[in-house]
Amino acid sequence: MTTNAIAATGNVELIWLAVAIPLVSAGILLLAGKGANRWGHWLGILASLGSLVIGVMAALDLLGQDSSNRIQEHILYEWIPGGDLDVALGFRVDPLSITFVLLVTFVGTLIHIYSVAYMEKDRDRRRFFAYLNLFVASMLLLVLGNSYLVLFVGWEGVGLASYLLIGFWNQVPEYATAGKKAFVMNRVGDMGMLLAMMTMFASFGTVSFDGVAGAAGGASEGVLTAIGIFLLVAACGKSAQFPLQAWLGDAMAGPTPVSALIHAATMVTAGVYLMVRSGFIFEGAPTAQLLVAIIGTITLIFGAIVGSAKDDMKKVLAASTMSQIGYMMLAAGLGPIGAAFAIFHLVTHGFFKAGMFLGAGSVMHAMNDEVDMRGFGGLWKHMKVTWVTFGLGYLAIIGFPFLSGFYSKDYIIEAAFVGEGWQPWVFGTATLLVAGLTAFYMSRLFFMVFHGKPRWSSEGPNAKHPHESPALMTIPMIILAIGSVGLGWFLDAGDRFVTFLEPVTGAVEHLEPVIPVPVIIGLTLTLVAIGVAVAYVMYVRNDVPAKAPAANVLVNAARNDLHQDAINENLFMRPGQWLTRGVDGTDRGLIDGLVMAVARSFGSVGRSIGKIQNGYARSYAGVMTLGIVVVVILALAARI
Amino acid sequence: MNYAVLAFILFAIGAVAVLTRRNAIIALMGVELMLNSCNLALVTFARMHGDITGQTVAFFVMVVAAAEVVIGLGIIVSIFRTRRSASVDAPNLLKN
Repeated sequence: MTTNAIAATGNVELIWLAVAIPLVSAGILLLAGKGANRWGHWLGILASLGSLVIGVMAALDLLGQDSSNRIQEHILYEWIPGGDLDVALGFRVDPLSITFVLLVTFVGTLIHIYSVAYMEKDRDRRRFFAYLNLFVASMLLLVLGNSYLVLFVGWEGVGLASYLLIGFWNQVPEYATAGKKAFVMNRVGDMGMLLAMMTMFASFGTVSFDGVAGAAGGASEGVLTAIGIFLLVAACGKSAQFPLQAWLGDAMAGPTPVSALIHAATMVTAGVYLMVRSGFIFEGAPTAQLLVAIIGTITLIFGAIVGSAKDDMKKVLAASTMSQIGYMMLAAGLGPIGAAFAIFHLVTHGFFKAGMFLGAGSVMHAMNDEVDMRGFGGLWKHMKVTWVTFGLGYLAIIGFPFLSGFYSKDYIIEAAFVGEGWQPWVFGTATLLVAGLTAFYMSRLFFMVFHGKPRWSSEGPNAKHPHESPALMTIPMIILAIGSVGLGWFLDAGDRFVTFLEPVTGAVEHLEPVIPVPVIIGLTLTLVAIGVAVAYVMYVRNDVPAKAPAANVLVNAARNDLHQDAINENLFMRPGQWLTRGVDGTDRGLIDGLVMAVARSFGSVGRSIGKIQNGYARSYAGVMTLGIVVVVILALAARI
Repeated sequence: MNYAVLAFILFAIGAVAVLTRRNAIIALMGVELMLNSCNLALVTFARMHGDITGQTVAFFVMVVAAAEVVIGLGIIVSIFRTRRSASVDAPNLLKN
């Protein structure tokens, strides 16, 4: 697990191009101006495709190697040489990073293609593609960096790209605010990242993965726990985990391809990547590791509850993403047994969730950008391709047997049941129940959109004419749907993927869950079936009211994201504002007041002295005389 | 000693004249009076101490007083010509 990297060979040396190409392309698109409007999007696709090709070449090279040679580093140049800290701009290619490279570039390219059609009528399409390319470059830098500092550059880069893309339609103040919210909440997490890096540097004198991994073995548990908790805070910010989760729902303000790329398949998974990548730290810090699992559990329940109550199609998907990433965090927090499954689920989730987001975009395309599911229904007749591709993604996420999600999620549930004491019972039960809840809220989404009676009309002022989206949009959806169906089976066959990840995550020990595996699978499937059945009765058999019906306190809370915004506002924002107001008051009253008082007193003295200078010769003479008299009196007094 | 007291009284009269009278000529006369009282005091003290330094200084004071009167009168006359008044309060243009 702490194997040191070897120097890169062959195609792996070219991996830096995967970052450079989209970065250069983004630069060209941003600088080219309106002249590039006609071909800009194609350049964007080409850049993303170029990264994909390089990623595939490197991956093939890596697969050709012995598994002990699969961690390779390529140092580009000394980036920050000086003092005790030497940081090289280096790329680390290993099974974990190359998995991310393939996922990011593959899904990213599909989403680029989809965006050509989706953003066709937008006058800023070129800028959109520039940001997408910037995002791809940053994300690749994030996963390819060989030290925490290089990772951090990518980490900030995706944060920036996410901010730009969420607020892409910044002429709408609400959307601009959503972008800002995401940015600010991410900064809170980034503070954790910075603290982690500072602690590493202070304790180990290095921030490279190899260096930290080497030093972590001999470090005290306290230091490792501190670093682990700081890293967890960072991951919470980026991955929208409890308690920094509030931004993800609002981030749906961005164009739908952005939601698919950033908020489902790639950026929000960066936290999971960080957890798995830092496995060597959590290995020596059981407390921090347990905390990761607990945060994951809280978030997966939280997301599922919110997802069950939302009427906004994209926000349901966002809550679902939060919940699924909670699964991954929980798995990552279980140590080596879970880490590989976390990445497994991450990959399959990247496919089916991106597919569903694109499907949601396709539905919006057909329904005049409407997102309220209560206004949908019966769409399956009108958009067959979207229906089928979305349906496959839906079946994959609820864990329908032999689809992608079935494999990956089941492993996490099994892993959650492994352990001692109370942990397996709490974690395992939570994952099991949320599996049922996932089935319920995804079925709810699927049925409300595609089945039941149509709740829209093709006449009147709000006329809608649903139609299938153009091929540029449906083809990426079809490809992602194929991934949703087959990827899990393909990667699972012979434990292929888990074995591939072994050099990074460590060998998976085969521990027995506290409940036998077949029982777990049976329970999961039963709960999933119940979830689907309940949703069927509620949203297909019964009519869906056009307005959300009045509900009890719990449902209302869920509709309002469990009041997380209010909590944040009252707990952090208000005291912060009071603090700034207090500081401002002190500054104005005390500091400024003091300075101004001194200035004013000098001024009044000056003014009163100025009155003596009245220009009357006789008054001058009088003052002089008075002065002489005083001097004389003083002289006389001195003599006596 | 009486001479010293007389010099003091004369000086006081001169000073009051300078401070209170508005007419520049009178003020100038007050100044002359103060100078003369000074001369008187100087001569008196010279006499008291048997030293001629005081008398010499008194001689210088007379010369300076003569010169001062010449310049002072010149200024007063020119002010009177332009402003038709010999008040010392009127010419405050240099104020501010």
